[in-house]
Amino acid sequence: MVFQRKYSVEETINPQPSGSGQVNIGSTERMISAFSGALLTFYAIRRPVKHWALLSAGGYMLYRGLSGYCPMNQAVGRNTSDKEIESLQISRTVTVNRPRSKVYAFWRQLDNLPRFMQHLASVTPLDTKRSHWVAAVPKGLGTIEWDAEILEEVENERLVWRSVAEATVDNAGEVYFKDAPGGQGTEIHAIIRYQAPAGYAGQALASLFNPAFGQMVKEDLRRFKNLLETGELPVSEAQYSGQRVSDKTEPSKKQEIYESPVL
Amino acid sequence: MRALCYNGIRDLRVENVPDPGIINPHDAIIRVTLSSVCGSDLHLINGYVPTVQSGDILGHEFIGEVVETGPQVKKLKKGDRVVVASVIACGECQHCQEQSFSLCDNTNPNAYIAEKMFGDSGAAIFGYSHAFGGYAGSHAEYIRVPFAEKGCFVIPEGIADDSAVFCSDAFPTGFMAADMADIKPGQVVAVWGCGGVGQMAIQSARLLGAERVIAIDGHEERLRTAQMIGGATDILNYKKVNIQDALKELTGGRGPDVCIDAVGMEAFGEGIGYYYDRAKQYVRLENDRPVVLREAIMACRKGGTVSIVGVYSGFADKIPMGAAMNKALTFKMGQMHAQRYIPRLLEYVRDGKVDPSYLITHRVGLEQGQQAYDLFYESRDHCMRAVFVP
Ligand SMILES: [Zn+2]
Ligand SMILES: [Zn+2]
Repeated sequence: MVFQRKYSVEETINPQPSGSGQVNIGSTERMISAFSGALLTFYAIRRPVKHWALLSAGGYMLYRGLSGYCPMNQAVGRNTSDKEIESLQISRTVTVNRPRSKVYAFWRQLDNLPRFMQHLASVTPLDTKRSHWVAAVPKGLGTIEWDAEILEEVENERLVWRSVAEATVDNAGEVYFKDAPGGQGTEIHAIIRYQAPAGYAGQALASLFNPAFGQMVKEDLRRFKNLLETGELPVSEAQYSGQRVSDKTEPSKKQEIYESPVL
Repeated sequence: MRALCYNGIRDLRVENVPDPGIINPHDAIIRVTLSSVCGSDLHLINGYVPTVQSGDILGHEFIGEVVETGPQVKKLKKGDRVVVASVIACGECQHCQEQSFSLCDNTNPNAYIAEKMFGDSGAAIFGYSHAFGGYAGSHAEYIRVPFAEKGCFVIPEGIADDSAVFCSDAFPTGFMAADMADIKPGQVVAVWGCGGVGQMAIQSARLLGAERVIAIDGHEERLRTAQMIGGATDILNYKKVNIQDALKELTGGRGPDVCIDAVGMEAFGEGIGYYYDRAKQYVRLENDRPVVLREAIMACRKGGTVSIVGVYSGFADKIPMGAAMNKALTFKMGQMHAQRYIPRLLEYVRDGKVDPSYLITHRVGLEQGQQAYDLFYESRDHCMRAVFVP
């Protein structure tokens, strides 16, 4: 049987563009820049083996986002603030050794998302369709918040959502669930779309940002699998060691998991 | 607590570090009573592993006493004397449920590093670099054991600590080498390497019915041990004889049915270029290592099996694929699935069929850590295995 899709992120649904800033970087680009820069920086710093390329790319975007000024745009005489915005797409997949109904149910309860999506601080369901999302920007740079709505929902099969207009980070996503062959559990396919800044600098930025964002989505899915299969997230970072003891980070999210095993 | 920490190449120091605590619900804290050196540690200590950081606590083969358990740990209690699997496995993922514990999906928080190196990540291993999870190792007074119910096995009464400790890593590794080769009664097995793992592979091959086991090494006293205690029927010193000729001679011109590589060639890294260079550099530095695999392939009987448990981590040069293909060889390999084998091995030990305690040649405190590894590395003073009593 062919599954009829009302909405498909891959074909029809784009994030709703918003943004009106009049510095040389549009506000959407600016927010994404700050947001992604902070994420990249955070991501690079928290790795055991520091990823310097990510760090510097992250730092650059953070600067760009916070200042509203891009030396690169200036240099090439471009102003992206009033151009049409393209969107970028990431798709990642993982197999979870659990029945499809369980996997779907855990994801559909949106307030579970921050337990495995590392950059999310909270997701609060407002009604059956709408939810309020808060992402913490690390290093004390505050939070970014937006509302999202579920556009389509097929139980145990598919969820499509989109940030509502005027979201600070315009994004849309689709996640679908299917049985893995040979009784190996459930395949989760996630497709995330987000607004990328337009223009020359935007392209450069996107090519920098995309792989890291892809990796982030992948890591989120991996944590989702960890959590569903074992009820906990593997952690070694918070552990004791010699010499480096002083620069150990606090266990952060892991403690929450400890207090609330899933299964 | 005191712990033996990596401080740089061949520079291990005892440092005071905070005691480990329960982090996840399936954790347990173990007070370590014996912790063994292992050949694979050498490549971390010798600086071939870029994801080893100063401060890391080494060690993955150990026994101890349960001192604390997380809320989801029901089957262990304080005071239990346990042997702990060196690989960390969740017991819930597809691979764990197929008993392939070293392929566990859920225990390596740094899976992305291993993914870059190998295309996917296996289970984490205690004290074995950040690519393999970044978990603190066992050369310490205490250790945190994730998924403790899956990895800790209560040691039956009557088994001494010295015998139990090798059921953590060396014995299951040697046993798996023989087990995955599917040895049939009457077969001839050749084992390269007579260190801890090789010794255990020799004994395991005998246990599984091999009629003859040929032990190969360059150290006379290890060969003698393999013969006197391990039960090897023949011994070959590669420094004295041509292995290919000698193996043909011993097998009526056929070659061994099963060739076990218990030596390996270890080089870690990130990125193809790194591996390639390191591997090559390593070959120059430590001659003979990759030779084992080539030699095993060349010596193996037509239609035979090459079983690899010596660790390979990067790229190996000039593997004779022509020989492997045209002789229709079967390759079996992998990090060992400790949790699959430990209960069975403890029975062998309890029943007196194998007693691995003879591997211990040196017993030292953590303070002698670097010296112990130096002895072990250079095989001086007949060092087979040194164990730490933290
Ligand atoms: Zn080992
Ligand atoms: Zn597992």
